[in-house]
Amino acid sequence: MSARLAKGGRLIDRSKAHRFTFNCKWMRGFEGDTLSAALLANDQMLVGRSFKYHRPRGIVASGPEEPNGLVNLGKGDRLEPNQRTTTTELFDGLTAESQNHWPSLENDIGVVNNYAARFLPAGFYYKTFLQPRAAWKHVFEPIVRHSAGLGKAPKDRDADRYEQAYAFCDVLVIGGGVAGLQAALVAGRSGARVMLLEQTGHWGGRAPVDGVEIDGQPADAWVKTTVQALEAMENVTLRKRCMGAGVYDHGYVLADEKVADHTPGDGRPKHRLWRIRAGRIIAATGAIERPLSFAGNDIPGVMLAAAVRDYVVNFAVSPGDRTVVVTNNDDAYRTAIALHQAGLSVPVILDARLTATGALPEQARKLGIRVETNRAIAMVQGGKRVKRVSICAQAGEGAVLEEIACEAVAMSGGWSPVVHLWSHCGGKLIWDEATACFRPDAARPPLNHDGSAMVIAAGAANGALPAADTLADAHRAGEAASKPAGEAPKATAAEEAPMEAVWLMPQGAPVKLRAKAWLDYQNDVKVSDVQLAAREGYESVEHTKRYTTLGMATDQGKLSNINGLAVLADALNEHIPQVGTTTFRPPYTPVTFGALAGEARGEIFQPLRRTPMHDWHDAHGAYWEPVGLWRRPYCYTQGGESHEKSVHREVLNVRNNVGLLDASTLGKIIVKGPDAGRFLDMLYTGVMSTLPIGKCRYGLMCNENGFLSDDGVVARIDEDTWLCHTTSGGADRIHAHMEDWLQCEWWDWQVWTANVTEQYAQVAVVGPNARKLLEKLGGMDVSKETLPFMQWADGMLGGFRARVYRISFSGELSYEIAIPASEGRAFWEACLAAGAEFGVMPYGTEALHVLRAEKGFIMIGDETDGTVIPQDLGLGWAISKKKADYLGKRGQERSFLADPDRWKLVGLETLDGSVIPDGAIAVAEGKNANGQRNTQGRVTSSYHSPTLGKGIAMGLVLRGPDRMGEVLDFPKIGGGSVKARIVDQVFYDKEGAKQNV
Amino acid sequence: MSELITPISALGNARYDGFAAIREIGPTGMITLRCKQDVAALPGALQACMGLGLPEKRRILTEGQRSIGWMGPDELLLILPYAEVAAMIAALTEALKGEHVLVVDVSDARAMFRIEGERATEVLAKLCPVDLSNLAPGELRRTRAAQVAAALWQDEAGFTLVGFRSVAGYLMGLLTHSAMPGSELFPA
Repeated sequence: MSARLAKGGRLIDRSKAHRFTFNCKWMRGFEGDTLSAALLANDQMLVGRSFKYHRPRGIVASGPEEPNGLVNLGKGDRLEPNQRTTTTELFDGLTAESQNHWPSLENDIGVVNNYAARFLPAGFYYKTFLQPRAAWKHVFEPIVRHSAGLGKAPKDRDADRYEQAYAFCDVLVIGGGVAGLQAALVAGRSGARVMLLEQTGHWGGRAPVDGVEIDGQPADAWVKTTVQALEAMENVTLRKRCMGAGVYDHGYVLADEKVADHTPGDGRPKHRLWRIRAGRIIAATGAIERPLSFAGNDIPGVMLAAAVRDYVVNFAVSPGDRTVVVTNNDDAYRTAIALHQAGLSVPVILDARLTATGALPEQARKLGIRVETNRAIAMVQGGKRVKRVSICAQAGEGAVLEEIACEAVAMSGGWSPVVHLWSHCGGKLIWDEATACFRPDAARPPLNHDGSAMVIAAGAANGALPAADTLADAHRAGEAASKPAGEAPKATAAEEAPMEAVWLMPQGAPVKLRAKAWLDYQNDVKVSDVQLAAREGYESVEHTKRYTTLGMATDQGKLSNINGLAVLADALNEHIPQVGTTTFRPPYTPVTFGALAGEARGEIFQPLRRTPMHDWHDAHGAYWEPVGLWRRPYCYTQGGESHEKSVHREVLNVRNNVGLLDASTLGKIIVKGPDAGRFLDMLYTGVMSTLPIGKCRYGLMCNENGFLSDDGVVARIDEDTWLCHTTSGGADRIHAHMEDWLQCEWWDWQVWTANVTEQYAQVAVVGPNARKLLEKLGGMDVSKETLPFMQWADGMLGGFRARVYRISFSGELSYEIAIPASEGRAFWEACLAAGAEFGVMPYGTEALHVLRAEKGFIMIGDETDGTVIPQDLGLGWAISKKKADYLGKRGQERSFLADPDRWKLVGLETLDGSVIPDGAIAVAEGKNANGQRNTQGRVTSSYHSPTLGKGIAMGLVLRGPDRMGEVLDFPKIGGGSVKARIVDQVFYDKEGAKQNV
Repeated sequence: MSELITPISALGNARYDGFAAIREIGPTGMITLRCKQDVAALPGALQACMGLGLPEKRRILTEGQRSIGWMGPDELLLILPYAEVAAMIAALTEALKGEHVLVVDVSDARAMFRIEGERATEVLAKLCPVDLSNLAPGELRRTRAAQVAAALWQDEAGFTLVGFRSVAGYLMGLLTHSAMPGSELFPA
């Protein structure tokens, strides 16, 4: 049984008890506990089931490397899957549930997979793709889908809020152990701007647990004074609970700060994602202990030796009365000594080495602990918890020499530096034979823009594992990132004799044992799986990873990678450095989506562009349509009418009375200068330089390939000033297009542009009563004589500073009035008041579409799609034949675009009066090379015309204008077809009499 | 009826008091002046009309209610009381007559915010990728606030942030979210 000890626990506060639940069972822990510590204190050794075989799994580690202790944390709108118990701080009322179990953690049906393990070998998924094909769909896919996945995906909207923040520093130190503290101290004293991040809630890392002394004082005391010194420096920022997640080019670092994970619901942001730009990055990220590969090494109660030490020393948690220690190094003896000092029993230390004569083994022997060398674990016995271990010779094949009863096994296979941050941006590693680990190769660091080292590894993360080396190395790293700082503090700890690499225990373990020797606990990968992959030809470590799932998922192989690739190297008869590691990619540990999204959710998910009249529309039944980032009213509903009915009402009201359209989103770009006319003549297909002052002209813009890009009305303001209207979605794009040509090609032309789209609210007053409405507002002469079609005038209209354009996109008598945006809402309401007696109603974008389609006017984005030229749309009249050049002219002369057999714009009238589905394709005789029906046209716009009482459409049809009267066949999705006759696309008021009054 | 029309800022001077005070201000007069800055008449024209000289690169000059900010190698932003814009445009146009310049009213195209209080920097540090503690005195910084373009500068009392009018609501939402009590970056 694991249990709480009566005394001790450097991180817990026994005066503050917290109650929490695990699988609905109430338990008790203390302030300062991690969830792991609290679970173990309550004898909850079984915390989950493995991914594939559903084997019982217990806590292995005490930090972010933990593969098994993953829970669904919280409930409802605060449910988070895959939360690590080792890094979750306990709080009162915490609720956790184990994952991947059914129906319960204790009695799991999926465990039958365990007995069928020989049918679920490495590459199981891939093998299911093979013949027979039907088996994947009907047998394997349902099974794999049912058993895949660990935590539950949350269903509710996240109750918490998140944010991001930018920070800048000269030196960013990641890792708040003694190495990080010392590096930060050195850099801080140099005057550099320093930021120091620590992923846990405590400074000092594992030095205090390991009994390190620094400058003659216990590590704890040194940590305290060093943190105080750092806090006193104005140029140093310290952040706890902040995990350096990823290193990117140019010293850019993402760090995830868990602001309120441990205080849910207190109103603070749950996480804050720091986006840091650092001159130099010091990775003081420590090292992770490796498991040993022996049969039954995944049974709950088998833990990393240092983790056992952490639980005893930091949290006063005993893993059990009797713990067997198994190791290939001296460091694990510290665990035996810590257990002994806590009054617990260590029946034996099994050391795989032939001799163990270092200071720590000697100390253990002096304490009366039995030490056996050349010994290994043949097998751990037990189901949901460890019961006993069978002991064998490491040199042999597993013949059992002795059995010892115990509750826990503390294992240590040596240490691997945490090289992730070093590696994210290309830092290279070298294999250190002496400590059997990959460590950063200082000669090949990730580089800054100037070729200098972007990341400096410090302390254990740099392979400087003994405490004395760690501190000296961190001091050096701090100096390298800032400037020389004199003597480093001296750390002292027991001397350690060399370790010996052990990748399999015992070395000659037969397949029966290898098939129970786990490499990856989370993904159920065993020694035998990696060996099988090697036999099946998977020689690359990256391929083996995918094939076996070694090192995948939420822990990304923090425990399993080195052991796995050592087994692979052995199977391939290669050296470990030749096999190499898989790629280290950010983030170091998973970062929640909430932090990545930051503030961008709800109302501020995306910038929403609002016109000055937006709130009025919203209050008057607007049904919104997104247009770029704008919202425009699609229609305004009245009473209980459908959107379709609203649109019909709005169209007819424009045709019969007068309508108001919020046209503020239209792009408005001022172009001014001595060369402005020449510039616009190049930009538009028509001639704008000759436009008289006070007049308007419709223009088309093409890209240099000849394809139609945008359209709009241009007004000549004065001698050298024009105002160009663009489409609503095109304003920014066309302004950038203008600046591109002016800055990059015609840099010597004297032209200035300004995008004044948002300066103005623009209201279209449209319909036979439009003039009456404006006359009622008063102040300007808007008569046919003074302000004829396609002219504009400035004036005071109803007291507003107005520019009135007499232009029409509906075929009706129409004015568009621009007023300063700050008066837009007032003007809109003034128009409604003035128009009340003339039947005024606002109309939305759909009515606008119907009105323009009745008149056969094209819409950029409907009739065009980037492959259409103006000539296709019958807009040849808007292309100047006299001009030597314009953007797109050369393109339009190329053979394909000049081909008379192109699809061209026509009107389409259904024989039965129905509406053709938008986008429908007209079929032609025969089939193409792919066996598909040949086509001869497509519908680009299709509406029911309330004015004409029937369906109308426009489309692009092969030689369409030459085929008037022909009937085309448009098959419908779901069967049947619509027949439509080719007609002129102007369905309403062909003579233009209505707009010219 | 002209005396009845009062120009209103994008958000009607909305405000939010979080750990810093957020205020939408205005309407404020703003003029974009596009002109090559080596035009000989420019400094004199600015001095005569605005009472301010030509700002250095990435700087803003302020005197009373008037400022001139450097927006780019050929663009200046003139800030002045809203009611004075028309006369100022006329005066500048006259003073720069014969030169290739564009003087245009952008007062209504913009939204302006004040972020004030001891922790004002912490609000903007969440939104703008700017090293705010190294902002030089009188520095005008063109940047972005989350997903939209913005410009900002600092004075003794806080920051002024300028963005586009159509996204004023988005900007206010960002500033409000970022100034919520409890989310201080460096809590005491």
